[in-house]
Amino acid sequence: MRLTRYAVVALLVGIMALAQQASAAPSGPPVRIGSTLALTGPLAATGQVHKLVGDIYVEQLNARNGLLGRPVEWIVKDDQSKQDLARTLYEQLITVDKVDLLLGPYATGNILAAMAVAQRYNKMLIHHTFGIPSLATYDMQFPAWSLGPDPATTFPNTVLDALAASPKPPKTIAVVTSKFPSVQFVAMGAREVAKKRGLKEVLFLDWEFGNREFGPIAARIKDANPDFVWVGAIGLEGNQLLEAMKKIDYMPAEQFYMYPAPGPMVKAPEAKNALAATIFEEHAPFLNNPGAAEFVKTFNERAAKAGLADTAVETQAAASYTAWQILEAAVTATRSLDDKVLAQWLKTHTVDTIQGKLRFNGPSNYGDDLMRVKQVQNGRWVVVWPPEAAAPGAKLMVQ
Amino acid sequence: MNLPSPTLLAQAILSGIFVGALYGLLGLGLSLSWGLLRQINLSHFALAFLGAYLSYQLATVGGVDPLVTLLVIAPLFFVLGAAIHGLLSRFAVTPLNSLLVTFGLTVIIESVIQWYWTADYRRLASRYADITFRAGPLFVPLPELMTFLLSVSLCVAVWATLRYTDLGKAIRAAAEDAPIAAAFGVNQRTLAALLSGVCAALAGAAGVCLALTYTLTPSQLYAWIGVVFAAVMIGGLGSALGPLFAGIVIGVSEAITMALTAPSWAPLVSFSLLIVVLLVRPGRA
Repeated sequence: MRLTRYAVVALLVGIMALAQQASAAPSGPPVRIGSTLALTGPLAATGQVHKLVGDIYVEQLNARNGLLGRPVEWIVKDDQSKQDLARTLYEQLITVDKVDLLLGPYATGNILAAMAVAQRYNKMLIHHTFGIPSLATYDMQFPAWSLGPDPATTFPNTVLDALAASPKPPKTIAVVTSKFPSVQFVAMGAREVAKKRGLKEVLFLDWEFGNREFGPIAARIKDANPDFVWVGAIGLEGNQLLEAMKKIDYMPAEQFYMYPAPGPMVKAPEAKNALAATIFEEHAPFLNNPGAAEFVKTFNERAAKAGLADTAVETQAAASYTAWQILEAAVTATRSLDDKVLAQWLKTHTVDTIQGKLRFNGPSNYGDDLMRVKQVQNGRWVVVWPPEAAAPGAKLMVQ
Repeated sequence: MNLPSPTLLAQAILSGIFVGALYGLLGLGLSLSWGLLRQINLSHFALAFLGAYLSYQLATVGGVDPLVTLLVIAPLFFVLGAAIHGLLSRFAVTPLNSLLVTFGLTVIIESVIQWYWTADYRRLASRYADITFRAGPLFVPLPELMTFLLSVSLCVAVWATLRYTDLGKAIRAAAEDAPIAAAFGVNQRTLAALLSGVCAALAGAAGVCLALTYTLTPSQLYAWIGVVFAAVMIGGLGSALGPLFAGIVIGVSEAITMALTAPSWAPLVSFSLLIVVLLVRPGRA
């Protein structure tokens, strides 16, 4: 009897200790994580998404005892969408603010600028959406966007596989692209891949990033009348081209947009059945990934509260969240803030993220190409290819 | 090089005329303030975008017809323009310094736009947006047609006012030689404030056209500066019809370039034309 009583007391003490540990607030000096983001300037529409995701993640992280039991402080500076300023601010984060760890800025050019600084100071850099893997030559940089090391070959093949499996596989293709680097090189890859697969190229043209007038471009596509249009568009360019085609009463049989502004495009009636690239959408199987459902709910609410026009989680928000997941996984597993220790761990382990399992042991620390093909269907984006990533019951629709 | 079909070429030229008319409308106020007030007002572009966002707000939230928003925006901007002029006059800002001061003002207005409307893309979904007329094989979108008509009307109205009315003659006289004009009873300060207000109101009108035809984002205002400056300089400083003609020439040249060659060459057109004009007629600007 006495033994039982002792056992009950011991159990209660154990439960109380566990409960206290679970609810313990992080203590001690904060772990300082430094970033810049494009909070103003031409990239600000996406920069503010990354800011919101970071705020959410740091709150969640501190609510579950921070990193190594210490609170996390995120120091984020506005690089105004400028590469030179990003470079200066990362210098400042390392030498003046003396941050423990770095997270990348938004946009390929700014990440490249930050990467050079990180390399100079031997700091690890985990970054969100770097578009040209071959340029990521620094040994201690880690991508959160699972493009794979050669997206200019792998991703066009994914898109053309999807179309080949559709009821009306295209025979002719038009490749039109912005000269924005991270979309242009994939468009060039698409030309090569299409040629190898026997598609006839009926039009190729490119325009300067920032082009305002898409009327003549739309007229040229209409004139060429391809079965499928690969549009190397980034941001608003996709919508601008769609609007210009609508004005001349033209809609291609099949059309793919590389990195469109997802909110405006899904709302545009003329974007019906348009295809685009993604790593995450708000449906199964993505919502089954660790932390995904909770994050989507929180992001939707907070984005609406912040007045963002598009409150959905897709590539940008997902890559941003993934970057934080990678950082937390490495610190938690190694119980270290040493950049070299963390980098070594990442190279030899996989990390469970909301976009799936990521590995970093390929060329330029890239792993698998987890890019998916999504389509506007009934006013929402749904992944349609590959089949294992497709929304339940979703199939590629053709005009 | 494959020759484009006649339809493609005609459609491209039509697009060029429409976008050129918008260059002209944006350039009208800039040209007047530069040529007649000696103020290089970069904030003209920020005011145009502010006008676009206000039009978006009134139409989207208030349910007001986008064209009706002009009745609110134009008077409001008239007052704003007169106030900006008052500030520049108070400190006797030189033309070069006006460029710097109004650039600062542009950054402030852009920040205000981003603070209130965020950096997200905004699209005015008006009842005009989906209307397109057909002229044989060509398509004429109503928002672009409205922009063209508004631009031509305003440019002609300003030109006629400057040329045929006493007010216009007084403004031109004050710009030509302020002391002599004053000796003839012209109140130069009042006229300058009036003209500045009109320029800002024209920026507001251009803003309504921008909202009708383009998706808005704050930083896009900078994308228009180079080409509109070229239109103003080719058209002649202080001219009301010049920027419109120059804008249409630039717009059509860009469109033909896009239809015939790589569209990425189009941005070279406006500045190549500007260089040619400066070489052929060096006194033009």
